[in-house]
Amino acid sequence: MAVLSLFAVFLALFVSPLPCHDVPGYQKPVMVQQTGKVLPKPQTMTASTEAYALAMPSFKFTYGSSSEMCDIVDQAFQRYYDLIFDIDGLRKAPVASKDMSELNTLQVMVKEPCTGVYPSLESSENYTLTVAAPMGTLVADSAWGVLRGLETFSQLVYRTDNGMMLINKTTIDDFPRFAHRGILLDTSRHFIPLKYIKQNLDAMAYNKFNVFHWHIVDDQSFPYQSVVFPDLSAKGAFNPYTHLYTQDDIKDVIEYSRLRGIRVVPEFDTPGHTASWGAGLPGFLTPCYDGTTPNGKYYAANPIRNTTYDMMTKLLKEVKDVFPDKYVHLGGDEVNFNCWKSNPDITKFMETMGFGTDYSKLEQYYIKNILDISTSIGRNYIVWQEVLDNGVQDKSTVGEVWFEHPTIQAVLERLTAKGYRTLLSAGWYLNHDVYNPGTDWSTFYKLDPQVFNGTQEQKDLVIGGEACMWGEYVDGTNLIARLWPRASAVAERLWSAKDVTSMADAAVRIDEQRCRMVRRGLNAEPLHPGFCQFEYD
Amino acid sequence: MKLSVFCLLVALVCQRAFADWVRQPFWYDDARRDKVAKGTVWPQPRSIQTTQQSLSLNPDSFSFSTSDDASSNANCKDVLDPAIERYRDLLFWIPAGERVSVSGDRVLGGLRVTISGGTCSEYPTLDSDESYTLEVPASGDATLRAQTAWGALRGLETFSQLVYEVDGKHKLNVTTISDEPRFRHRGVMLDTARHFLNVPYIKQNLDAIAYNKMNVFHWHIVDDQSFPFQSATYPDLSGKGAYTQDNVYTRQDVLDVIEYARMRGIRVIPEFDSPGHMQSWGQGYPELLTSCSPTNVQADIYHLGPANVARNSTYDFMQNLFTEIRDIFADDYLHLGGDEVHFQCWMSNAEIQDFMRQQGFPNTTQGFAQLEGYYIKRLLDIVEGLSVAPKRSRGIVWQEIFDNNILSGDFTVDLDTIIHVWQWNNSNFQGIPYWDELPLVTGAGYQAILSSCWYLNFISYGRDWPEYYACDPHNFTGTPQQKQLVIGGEAPLWAEWVDATNHVARMWPRASAVAERLWSPQSVTDSAAASPRMEEQRCRMVRRGIRAQPQGPSYCKYEWNLAGQAGNYVPTASGARGITGYAQQLLLSLFSCLVLTFGLS
Repeated sequence: MAVLSLFAVFLALFVSPLPCHDVPGYQKPVMVQQTGKVLPKPQTMTASTEAYALAMPSFKFTYGSSSEMCDIVDQAFQRYYDLIFDIDGLRKAPVASKDMSELNTLQVMVKEPCTGVYPSLESSENYTLTVAAPMGTLVADSAWGVLRGLETFSQLVYRTDNGMMLINKTTIDDFPRFAHRGILLDTSRHFIPLKYIKQNLDAMAYNKFNVFHWHIVDDQSFPYQSVVFPDLSAKGAFNPYTHLYTQDDIKDVIEYSRLRGIRVVPEFDTPGHTASWGAGLPGFLTPCYDGTTPNGKYYAANPIRNTTYDMMTKLLKEVKDVFPDKYVHLGGDEVNFNCWKSNPDITKFMETMGFGTDYSKLEQYYIKNILDISTSIGRNYIVWQEVLDNGVQDKSTVGEVWFEHPTIQAVLERLTAKGYRTLLSAGWYLNHDVYNPGTDWSTFYKLDPQVFNGTQEQKDLVIGGEACMWGEYVDGTNLIARLWPRASAVAERLWSAKDVTSMADAAVRIDEQRCRMVRRGLNAEPLHPGFCQFEYD
Repeated sequence: MKLSVFCLLVALVCQRAFADWVRQPFWYDDARRDKVAKGTVWPQPRSIQTTQQSLSLNPDSFSFSTSDDASSNANCKDVLDPAIERYRDLLFWIPAGERVSVSGDRVLGGLRVTISGGTCSEYPTLDSDESYTLEVPASGDATLRAQTAWGALRGLETFSQLVYEVDGKHKLNVTTISDEPRFRHRGVMLDTARHFLNVPYIKQNLDAIAYNKMNVFHWHIVDDQSFPFQSATYPDLSGKGAYTQDNVYTRQDVLDVIEYARMRGIRVIPEFDSPGHMQSWGQGYPELLTSCSPTNVQADIYHLGPANVARNSTYDFMQNLFTEIRDIFADDYLHLGGDEVHFQCWMSNAEIQDFMRQQGFPNTTQGFAQLEGYYIKRLLDIVEGLSVAPKRSRGIVWQEIFDNNILSGDFTVDLDTIIHVWQWNNSNFQGIPYWDELPLVTGAGYQAILSSCWYLNFISYGRDWPEYYACDPHNFTGTPQQKQLVIGGEAPLWAEWVDATNHVARMWPRASAVAERLWSPQSVTDSAAASPRMEEQRCRMVRRGIRAQPQGPSYCKYEWNLAGQAGNYVPTASGARGITGYAQQLLLSLFSCLVLTFGLS
């Protein structure tokens, strides 16, 4: 019996990824082939061995005659031209070929008007790409579909050893499996300079991610420069002059993202995870007590004061004006009740409200108020899973699953059974790195957000997922290397068809994708001994 | 059955607690507090008396001067003058526009460097004296005294670390330091075979090595996967064994690295590992390796095994190659490897079998170990035979030859040979724990260097440097003479999963923990007390252009690329919290689970 129980204990404990210490055996070097494989793998793709040459300056991106036109597509033409033809930062004309047909045009057709638009959860990202000499075509409903198609097109191009640029005759009909494909960056545990936020947005575009979940503030620091509460960053940033995101910075990030078809969803996590708010927003946090006297410590938003909700209303109104996305992430995770319990005013409030000693009711009360504020100012919201486990909110809520309770699948089943739309990030905590990144991406790859017990309706409520890079141990020095190409595994899981599960095939694609990212200037880390055609620096 | 369900629940609660921990650092209220140390020295000097009395430095007028001793000896001057230029730059980092005038402050005018040993060696050696004394007095110039240029380098590094920034001024406190290293051999090992690392990254590591007062760059330059060292004698080694012809170190590259290291008081010890780990050699010179028969015995790409130790031509090859190596590398010591030889291929080869019969080696594992030992001993003889006075030529070998041959009494080797202890013992590797190995090695009279507990390629989530910090090379039972024979250690970063994209960040500041263990007195063991200094050291490296990764929530005033350009500086907050680890947390939960489980059964 004891043995059995022990086994159960071990089993449950060790479900989460542990640091594993292998002794390295002989690792074969892998000479990564650059043959124009696409990651994430398109939904349907027919390729032939017939190859066409790409030449400069004859090759051009053009709009079709009845196509909509806009800056998003114009700039993408420029970017992808560079990505295809720039090597080591220089635009190099490929070696011409006499005996080969040439692909001299990719004609793009955008059906929907795209001037000034922002991507949304409902955006269409479908595209159809036909590569055939002399003119290929890319057809999409929206500019976002064009962006995805151009990325695919750029990945199909490969260089031969003698410097020729080739692309095979190909037809692709592609669309994402999930609408919400995100990366979470945490800019509170460490400040992430804009340079790396943008590098990461580039990498996201290369991997067809479409949501930048910006966990912008937390206990450790408040780098968001608020207009209505400037003291939040003045007193809550690591350094109020250098370690902050100004309104201009934020606009810059949002525009940079928009041009890549990436939504920016900011997270203002309350009532917990708010230590850094205290100094700049007096009265917001709950005073903690020792017996009958305040002990000088503060913790979590004070849920019993009207002023707390006034402050949140002002802040969220500002957030609505600054961030165009229809969704805001309101956090709601990991609230510790000790400070609330110590506070006599809260005790009184609990009595008045008839909460007894159930502080989770107080938490629900707080969260409900915040969600109502958000609704009243016109923003949809995403919350961490606890909020939905603790009490029913309205069905427009999106719940983000971040821990096994008791398993990932059980949480997905539970939340979708209640009718909530759900995002998965448990299992994709890429901040947990282990010795061998050559194997840990396979764990991320094998996790399918729709594999759990439930009806088709429940499965359909899973709208996507996010790879999280919590910031305790990453900053500008190591962020990109630690996140990529491991997040590429998540990218493919969220974009490609459910039956794309062959690890052997995926390994070849992720290898090429890693070297592609390195060639494009990102310090994506290696997955095994070997080398890329173009190495970092 | 009920109990099982209960256990499962308990486990789930633990799991939950664990998951919470993962997202919630407990020390949020500390992350922003600017508790990083200012003007502290890493590694901790042997003796330091510091005061609260601060002096300002004037970047425009601060002067370095050298004594006659230091300036008249060509070798001393050769190292010292460029060092002074380097430290002049490192000393003043506040951007010109943000500097505040120090007029009216008590100002330290300059630093005078004296080398009293009279002579300096051209290259640092195992026996170089690195001691120094540094005096920053309340008035008058500061003085740095050393016996050698190498000691002066360490003292300059210390002096530069005493300087801190306050309100736009460079300051330091009145301080007296007397310092010398605890161990003579303090190294990091880079592996340039699993991934090629270009010369600028090697130099970045050499800078960091100097900032941490380490003095050995162990260059694991070739291995199974590739052979980037370009040999004039055997050009096909890199011609066919390098990944590409861009991924090679030319003779000039190597000399450049050696000179760069010399300027920083760092010995460069190359490792040409044989008779195993030689797959890449066989690309150009297949006859050098043993043909495995049948060919599927060795699961490699070339169907070739370890060196063919039965042929005289193999020893001729090594004689020629090492003659070239000996000519290029200045250090007395060459690392000859000798680790992890798999015997299956030798067993399958008739030529080897014949040779073993001739030599009288039995056809057993022990016999093959004897064969390996025979080879290594001959190689050691070759290398030692290359000594040309005053340069000596000596070998370092991984511990296998000691374990397999010396310990079993097959033979002895020159006592100058250094045994490199690398094995460990845990659930993944059943080797000999270093505290069992070191008494044997030193008991037999050999010198040892330790790496077992400092494999930086093994990573885990979070702040792991305290583990490296806690490992002491003298943690074994032995006489004082035996302890003396442990001459230091090395932190290896095997490169299966690192290249230029992530190498420097993964190495530093984790190797800094090893640097302090090897330099500072044995009594300096409290990693919590060391944290603020470690934070300063990490931010200092970032400021100086070393991409050292963070060790927990914190910030540096000059973050990496804070404003889009490289090379910033800033004091950090934080003490990286004492998450003593994932592992500890896990054990804690496991323990409570067990207590609950058994408590109820």
